[in-house]
Amino acid sequence: MLQEETDLSVIIAHIVQKLRSSRLSTQLGFQASVSLQKPEIKLESLKEDIKEFFRITGWEKKLQNAVYSELTVFPLPRHPAAPPEHLKEPLVYMRKAQGSWEKRILKSLNSMCTELSIPLARKRPVVEQKELLNKWNEMGTDEPDLSLFRPVYAPKDFLEVLINLRNPNYENGDHLNLRTHLGLIQVPLKVKYISELKDYFIELSLNTGQLGIDDATQVPPELFENEHVRLGQKVLAEQDSAAAQQYVRQGSPTALRAELWALILNVSNQPEDLLYYEQLKSNVIQHDLLVDSLIYKDVKLTASNDDYYFVFEDYLYQVLLCFSRDTSVLGHFAYNSASPPKSYIRGKLGMEDYAVFYPPNGVIPFHGFSMYVAPLCFLYHEPSKLYQIFREMYVRFFFRLHSISSHHSGIVSLCFLFETLLQTHLPQLFYHLREIGAQPLRISFKWMVRAFSGYLATDQLLLLWDRILGYNSLEILAVLAAAVFAFRAVNLMEVTSLAAAEAVLADLSTLKVMPLLQIFLFATVT
Amino acid sequence: MASKVKWVTDIEKSVLINNFEKRGWVQVTENEDWNFYWMSVQTIRNVFSLEAGYRLSDDQIVNHFPNHYELTRKDLMVKNIKRYRKELEKEGSPLAEKDENGKYIYLDFVPVTFMLPADYNLFVEEFRKSPSSTWIMKPCGKAQGKGIFLINKLSQIKKWSRDSKTSSFVSQSSKEAYVISLYISNPLLIGGRKFDLRLYVLVSTYRPLRCYVYKLGFCRFCTVKYTPSTSELDNMFVMIINFHGGGLVNNLRLYLESTRGKEVTGKLFDENGNYFAESSLWGCVCPVMNNDKHCFECYGYDIIIDDKLKPWLIEVNASPSLTSSTANDRILKYNLINDTLNIVVPNGEIPDCKWNKSPPKEVLGNYEILCDEELAQTEGAERDLRNRSGPSIGLKGSRTRETGKTALTTWK
Repeated sequence: MLQEETDLSVIIAHIVQKLRSSRLSTQLGFQASVSLQKPEIKLESLKEDIKEFFRITGWEKKLQNAVYSELTVFPLPRHPAAPPEHLKEPLVYMRKAQGSWEKRILKSLNSMCTELSIPLARKRPVVEQKELLNKWNEMGTDEPDLSLFRPVYAPKDFLEVLINLRNPNYENGDHLNLRTHLGLIQVPLKVKYISELKDYFIELSLNTGQLGIDDATQVPPELFENEHVRLGQKVLAEQDSAAAQQYVRQGSPTALRAELWALILNVSNQPEDLLYYEQLKSNVIQHDLLVDSLIYKDVKLTASNDDYYFVFEDYLYQVLLCFSRDTSVLGHFAYNSASPPKSYIRGKLGMEDYAVFYPPNGVIPFHGFSMYVAPLCFLYHEPSKLYQIFREMYVRFFFRLHSISSHHSGIVSLCFLFETLLQTHLPQLFYHLREIGAQPLRISFKWMVRAFSGYLATDQLLLLWDRILGYNSLEILAVLAAAVFAFRAVNLMEVTSLAAAEAVLADLSTLKVMPLLQIFLFATVT
Repeated sequence: MASKVKWVTDIEKSVLINNFEKRGWVQVTENEDWNFYWMSVQTIRNVFSLEAGYRLSDDQIVNHFPNHYELTRKDLMVKNIKRYRKELEKEGSPLAEKDENGKYIYLDFVPVTFMLPADYNLFVEEFRKSPSSTWIMKPCGKAQGKGIFLINKLSQIKKWSRDSKTSSFVSQSSKEAYVISLYISNPLLIGGRKFDLRLYVLVSTYRPLRCYVYKLGFCRFCTVKYTPSTSELDNMFVMIINFHGGGLVNNLRLYLESTRGKEVTGKLFDENGNYFAESSLWGCVCPVMNNDKHCFECYGYDIIIDDKLKPWLIEVNASPSLTSSTANDRILKYNLINDTLNIVVPNGEIPDCKWNKSPPKEVLGNYEILCDEELAQTEGAERDLRNRSGPSIGLKGSRTRETGKTALTTWK
């Protein structure tokens, strides 16, 4: 009992400390002093009156949302004596693996730099700055020569690293038995069983209304859709983050989604945010970074070739170029197993005083990175809002898809969960695919790393991302991947090569995610 | 033994030819006995010109109506719309209702347009009301954006001024006529880019009116960022959209609902979108169209949506392009022709122009009935709301009026 109380007070102290230095704290202070002018605030009952004032004017709600946001995003130390690395990643072997992976990426980046004789960063001459400012809104029309640039890494390179992960304390044993994991991931992570998943995703059950199923044209809207929309409007009126998060578990109506996601992510469009974005933009104008070329290349290779996202090409540059200059993103490395790469001012190699993070936000983009942004363009058409939403999505979710960690939403766990689900519930299929050299993870990995962006139809993708936000977890990606295999199991049983298996699973654009998830979780005989 | 349909075309496009071949039809030349001729607009002019003395027999069909230009020539389309509006106003139809600014509520789907040089003075009057506006000059007889330019000063079109002393512009041959329309300077932008919509509408007969709208269309995007001073450029990027939900997703609708809200988007797609396609055919050209039973026509409607989500009809093409820029594009056009042929040449058999042109629902493919006059009449007043996608106020009134009228022809 005493331990719990201590824990709680530690948590409260921690959050209070974080919020004290936030803009919200200043605003609350200001609002409180303004309220002193009001007749209802009396000196005798100052504290209660101000609290009441906050409640009526909605400031209490804003504070609640900020606290909720802190609780959701920042994990709390498991043990008061745990060092900060444990917040990033508690398992030593995972930390080591991430460290060596990072070294490899940086080496690759540096060698590209040396080969092409391009500096990691340079200041743009004034003429070039003016030029860029003029075509800020149409950078897509540029056709720079990017042939010599190559992506620093692609998902399949990353997969190879994950396949080779080993826990030095775990003995796999030489002989196969019933408990041998037949998949590619060979580390013993704890993942949920299907019974646990059923409880966890209870709102997706067959008895609960869902957008993505119960809003189909044949279903009369009075049965579910109308009420759900009404409820959504109420949630927005209340401006309650926690309620919004709970609400979108059943899907978000298209017209309300942009606002609901902003509420859940606690993103508001204050003048300071616009100013901050403009500041980032001016950083882009003034300095050219090597990663900029990588970003250009990635957008040209992926989003520009997509049938629906090509329209938003220019927005993608505007978001991603600013993103790489945003040092506030460095904050997320406190709970990310990854660490930002360091670079040294020329001639001062190894001298910590001359170290800078490179790129400024510490995130090196890989092949397909721009696809994290593309679907958001369907919701936000104002670049600074789009930017904030993306940044928040990245520091809450997407970073976990390309760093090595034991977190239940980390890519390693997702891969393991996927393979376990498949091996447990579709053993024949799993065995067959393995026999023909088509390990399922080799096909589904790219879906999960991209959170299915570019593979599903946009409206289906947004319904999926509703649930990522709603459950504050990426586990649904692994469940969906398994569900897709289950759906196409009959065809997959007939293939005899990896290429043929890839072909069966090449086109996911006609899939409806919610029925697939429901059937897999709740209607499959286990 | 059923003999095979003999086809001719002077438009060598794979999406056409593949469709003919897959039906086992036989290619012949125009001098031979043919059943189906997919012709260009130049050819149709020759076929139906009085000098040619061409008589089409009952087993021959062609893909254009004789006077399609009533709809597809910019000046004639405008003339017919204006005529239609005046008629409705005269009979006090609620369709002709105007708002407080004097603009038509339902009939304002074409940007303000004048014929030059005929309406030059009227144009000047309108121009002076908003002197900072931009106008777009389009030659009446040309297609595919040829000869189009923008103006924002009267001096730029001095040539067309009737009163201009320096005008050597005497010959009023229809080839040199222009239309001048108010340029939509506030188009809806997606990703900061300007785009236009291409819709396909098939008319199998004008009397009774049977027209179908294709559920799939295009958004054509500009390659260069939109600024009001940009002249029309080649649209190179194409995004296929599905207008009617159902199986395929309508990404345009998703984008608009997400960024603008459900009500205004619903208004655009469910009301306005189809409405003017139908009324442009129904009210404007039906009375003047020569309903030759050997004809059908597949029109390409070009629509621009402004940033208030109001759609504007820019142009109707009699010969929409059958070239494709992407694989998906080609598939769409291939299916378009396929569904068109299924409707106008039932069962792929030798056509008989005496049939009533009423295809069974199963062959419609991706087409949806836009208006089926006969079906609507037989099923009665309440049912016709289901067949037609637009509001029914007033239209019923004008329809009963129209059927009593004898067909007007404007043969030249």
